[in-house]
Amino acid sequence: MALEFLWRGKIMRVEQFGPDTMLLDFLRLTEKSRGTKEGCNEGDCGACTVVLGEAIDGRMKYQAVNACILFLGQIHGKELITVEDLAEGGKLHPVQQAMVDFHASQCGFCTPGFVMSLFALGHSSGPISRDDVVTAIAGNLCRCTGYRPIIDAGLKACIGLRDKFSADEQKAIAALQSISRDDLMVGDAQNFFAAPASAAALAQLAAERPQARVVSGATDIGLWVTKQFRTQKQIIYTGRATDFAAITESVDALHIGAGATYSAALAALTKLAPDLGSVIARIGSVQVRNSGTIGGNIANGSPIGDMPPMLIALGAGLTLRHGEIERHMALEDFFIDYGKQDRKAGELVWAIDVPKLKSNQYFKAYKISKRFDQDISAVMGAFLFTLENQTISHVRIAFGGMAPTPKRAFKTEAALKGKNLQDALQVTLNDYAPISDMRASAEYRSETAQALLTKALMELQGLAQSRVLA
Amino acid sequence: MSKHQHIGKAIAHDSAALHVTGAAHYIDDLPEVEGTLHVAPGYAKNDACGKILKLDLAAVRAASGVVAVYTAQDIPHHNDCSPVGANDDPILAKGRIDFHGQVIFAVVAQSHQQARHAANLAVIEIEIEKPIVNIAQSKTDLLPRYAFTSKGFKRSSLPYEGNLTIGGQEHFYLEGQVAYAIPQEKGGMFVHSSTQHPTEIQHCVAAMLGVDDAKITCQCRRMGGGFGGKESQASQWAALAALTAHKTGRPAKCRLDRDDDMMMTGKRHDFEVSYKVALDKALRIAGVDVNFSARCGYSADLSAPICDRAMFHADNAYFYPNYHIATKRLKTNTVSNTAFRGFGGPQGMVFAEAMMERLAIQHGVDTLVLRKKNLYSKARNTTPYGQKIDEHVLAEIITTLEKTSAYQKRRKTIAKFNATSPIIKKGLALTPVKFGISFTNTMMNQAGALVHVYSDGSVHLNHGGTEMGQGLYIKVAQVVAEIFGIDVSHVAITATRTDKVPNTSPTAASSGADMNGMAARNAALIIRARMEKLAAKLLKAKVSALTFAKGKVVAGNKSISFADLANACKAERVSLSSTGYYATPEIHWDRATGIGRPFFYFANGAACSEVLVDTLTGEMRVIRIDILHDVGKSLNPAIDIGQIEGGFVQGMGWLTTEELVFDEQGRLRTHAPSTYKIPCASDVPEDFRVALFQSKGNKADTIYRSKAVGEPPLMLAISVWCAVLNAVASLQPGKVPVLHAPATPEAIMKAVKGMRT
Repeated sequence: MALEFLWRGKIMRVEQFGPDTMLLDFLRLTEKSRGTKEGCNEGDCGACTVVLGEAIDGRMKYQAVNACILFLGQIHGKELITVEDLAEGGKLHPVQQAMVDFHASQCGFCTPGFVMSLFALGHSSGPISRDDVVTAIAGNLCRCTGYRPIIDAGLKACIGLRDKFSADEQKAIAALQSISRDDLMVGDAQNFFAAPASAAALAQLAAERPQARVVSGATDIGLWVTKQFRTQKQIIYTGRATDFAAITESVDALHIGAGATYSAALAALTKLAPDLGSVIARIGSVQVRNSGTIGGNIANGSPIGDMPPMLIALGAGLTLRHGEIERHMALEDFFIDYGKQDRKAGELVWAIDVPKLKSNQYFKAYKISKRFDQDISAVMGAFLFTLENQTISHVRIAFGGMAPTPKRAFKTEAALKGKNLQDALQVTLNDYAPISDMRASAEYRSETAQALLTKALMELQGLAQSRVLA
Repeated sequence: MSKHQHIGKAIAHDSAALHVTGAAHYIDDLPEVEGTLHVAPGYAKNDACGKILKLDLAAVRAASGVVAVYTAQDIPHHNDCSPVGANDDPILAKGRIDFHGQVIFAVVAQSHQQARHAANLAVIEIEIEKPIVNIAQSKTDLLPRYAFTSKGFKRSSLPYEGNLTIGGQEHFYLEGQVAYAIPQEKGGMFVHSSTQHPTEIQHCVAAMLGVDDAKITCQCRRMGGGFGGKESQASQWAALAALTAHKTGRPAKCRLDRDDDMMMTGKRHDFEVSYKVALDKALRIAGVDVNFSARCGYSADLSAPICDRAMFHADNAYFYPNYHIATKRLKTNTVSNTAFRGFGGPQGMVFAEAMMERLAIQHGVDTLVLRKKNLYSKARNTTPYGQKIDEHVLAEIITTLEKTSAYQKRRKTIAKFNATSPIIKKGLALTPVKFGISFTNTMMNQAGALVHVYSDGSVHLNHGGTEMGQGLYIKVAQVVAEIFGIDVSHVAITATRTDKVPNTSPTAASSGADMNGMAARNAALIIRARMEKLAAKLLKAKVSALTFAKGKVVAGNKSISFADLANACKAERVSLSSTGYYATPEIHWDRATGIGRPFFYFANGAACSEVLVDTLTGEMRVIRIDILHDVGKSLNPAIDIGQIEGGFVQGMGWLTTEELVFDEQGRLRTHAPSTYKIPCASDVPEDFRVALFQSKGNKADTIYRSKAVGEPPLMLAISVWCAVLNAVASLQPGKVPVLHAPATPEAIMKAVKGMRT
């Protein structure tokens, strides 16, 4: 078998590659295609942004991703577009022309990444606002321009964008259809990159190969390779199994397949609770949210992931699967200790069930970080209040960044129960003993956790302006 | 309408079309010469300082792809890359290390990845000494203390005291440090380096190898950002690449991974400031006593002139009749801090503006009133270093910005908002910038250029300035196109290299266009004068009647195309090539007396910023920025506006989200963009109004009366920090918030807490 993807109008076949080869290295070192730059090698600066296209329901869908922490194997069955591919016959692409016209490059090193992020935005569906442009490039760092001209160029070029990719959409779809839909397995028993095409095949392979590394977005594991020199010889990639990423809705809950990316889940989760959406919109960047998954953020057990505290506060349930055997638990029970989760080798984080809010339930979530976008939380607080006549009949509180695992604030919950909103302001939140690190001091974390409870309670009382972010 | 054809035009950056297509080559993009090797630096993972007890490199040598491993003993001649000849910056550590990340060995491998992997395998034991990490811990002067003191200065009767911590800053150029050395015949070396100072790379490599400077050529076509971080700190990596190329006879590239880059290269100096100040009844500063302590790191690097420049800017735009401005330059066991846009000036100016903001609170007056009253004026025009201010545009800039930003009206609106908003508070500040232009080391204020006119009328342009994104190349090309009256597209811009223009100064101190523009102009004028003689003969006109415009040389109704004239010059054996040279006039500076005219002129501007502060969490948003900045007669307004906006946002990052955190062991904990947060697109407000001051032209005789623009706009962002202070101060009128820089959410929260106790 071979890795296959569409690039520059042709299906490219790669029969041999190291399982942990990064797409960026493939481009720059193997293909000598060096328009795509390495800025940080950890998915934080966006200089390596490329676009991946997928055929979905008869249309091409384009998404920006960071090539530095994307395994080459992850692009199987997709179209790859890099900055060299946009101009045609010496004529700049509309995004490129606008970048020139608005003087949007200075040193130019970050520029290819911005061009690709804007290209993807221009190919997205629906109207495009200034906020959309800013969101699209929030994961691209520029140290020279101050962004204003890039935003202006984006607005000019992305609205109503038509280009050769629009014109050749059906050709791309036809080309992608020629790529096998079967499970992908490149390599041998010792070194392989596998991408099962269905959830069932994925579960089976993971159970058979418990020593293999299961990878969904690689937004975390990618750094193990690029920064920690942890070679990955056997990779099972979840992203080909579309049924592993399915999002379905029942009367009282949202069922999210673990492989759903943040981007894919954003709309449904925003509908469930607006604060959920506004926090997800600040997790990583567009590139990270296009790759990273809800299940991956749970499976890696990070104490500073933003999804677990919110899902725990919402009372989410977790399904794990080993082969054909499923286990169910409350999400909070999955996190045993720092670096330790209730998952055995070969078992997959399979699905998350998020209960919908009842009419008297209110969800509040806050992400505190030095920078608003593309930053890891110093403190992340999530609150689910159930109110009866301005009295808290029930409350679930969970925090990230405050303990070795995402954790409930049981003592505070008990103290709040039965209090009216005014009296509740007197309750002290003292469930945690956080640490000091480069993101914040223990003192700030403790005080801010308390402040977030205060803020949530004040917001419930209808305070007009309580956040600096509109 | 401008009388110029090219000067003052908003022409795009010469590489813009290459940038957007990915076709602009940075050093790591150059096609590799056959046999190229890759170098990675190795260091002790956990330790900052002490004697090297054990250096076991067996696993490194045995690792896949490794060709060689070098330590200090392998350096043929001079093991040092100090930019000031201090001999305190070993290329490879000699027997001990003095900061975490100091390079002890270099691994050479077939690939970049292999070299990095191998470097990670060293077993190093250090006889650990407790590192001196910060200013508070340091008791050692790395460099002599220095002060400006006014005659008859008295320390008594300065009733207002304060102190201020000003954080450092990582450059975060998007292209990390990189060099590529290719061995030449007879022991020569050609070095591609991402550097602001090719001459220094040349000298460092030559000294390291023990060969004549003339054997070494350094070239830099472009950097992916510099900001001062590649003024002195590019040398070490060029030296390691050259060492490898010398030893193996093969081309060698040394490119730092981002984390290594952030750990191993210096940053903006962080400062601790303490001061006393007195105001007279007219709200004029009567006296200032300020003491700056700078963290220099383990070696001298450029700390001396950086700390001097902090002193030169401790007044910002204000007249101090009595002053004592002192600096301590402290040694720490941290990476050697270095040049960063503003070069110490920003730290001096943050002090001045913080003092103003605090004094205004203490006196219950609007800060703008206080600022205006203390500006330099014709009567009060002498700086603490004896230079007289002879161009007074700031009052007009401030008054204009006050109107265009609706400062007074917004001040009232904000007061109303704050009175009714319990959690969110707004703040507003309008701050000026006065920044001295010239290297304070007078010797460095010289530049050279090399211009050729070919017989088809096309022009080759080369000069000593480097391109780091600031648009220097296009500005200088505009100058040359203007002199010859030809289209800019016929001026071939070429890479900066030491074999074309020798003995150059770094592209720094905002001097690039001022000095290289003048040097290139002089070269072009020399050639033009020769061409004029022949043109006068051919057109039967006087030289004084000739004009060079639109690709033609015209005298009355007769003309000859520039190309034909060039061809005719060749036929008539007239030289069409010349060097050009420029030395900035009128400047002098005597460090012993602290008196002189170190600056040819000053760049000015002002900014007004409005912020929202969350007093529960410390989160902050900038919601509007207004800027009016003086670039004299702009050479290229598009490039200049880019410098202003970009400089502002970089300064804003320094003073808000960018925080360098070292642990007690002296290890930098914020060594990647995941932990060190420069501004991103969403940190810049939609309401961002930038205008160029309608200047009558620089009073100093600069290139087409323009003004330098590289560094000064960074300091416009001090308005953001002052606005945060202003917002927090609204919590308790009359009380000064204890706010330091950067104003991270945590720092803001600390200030807020202080207001409530």
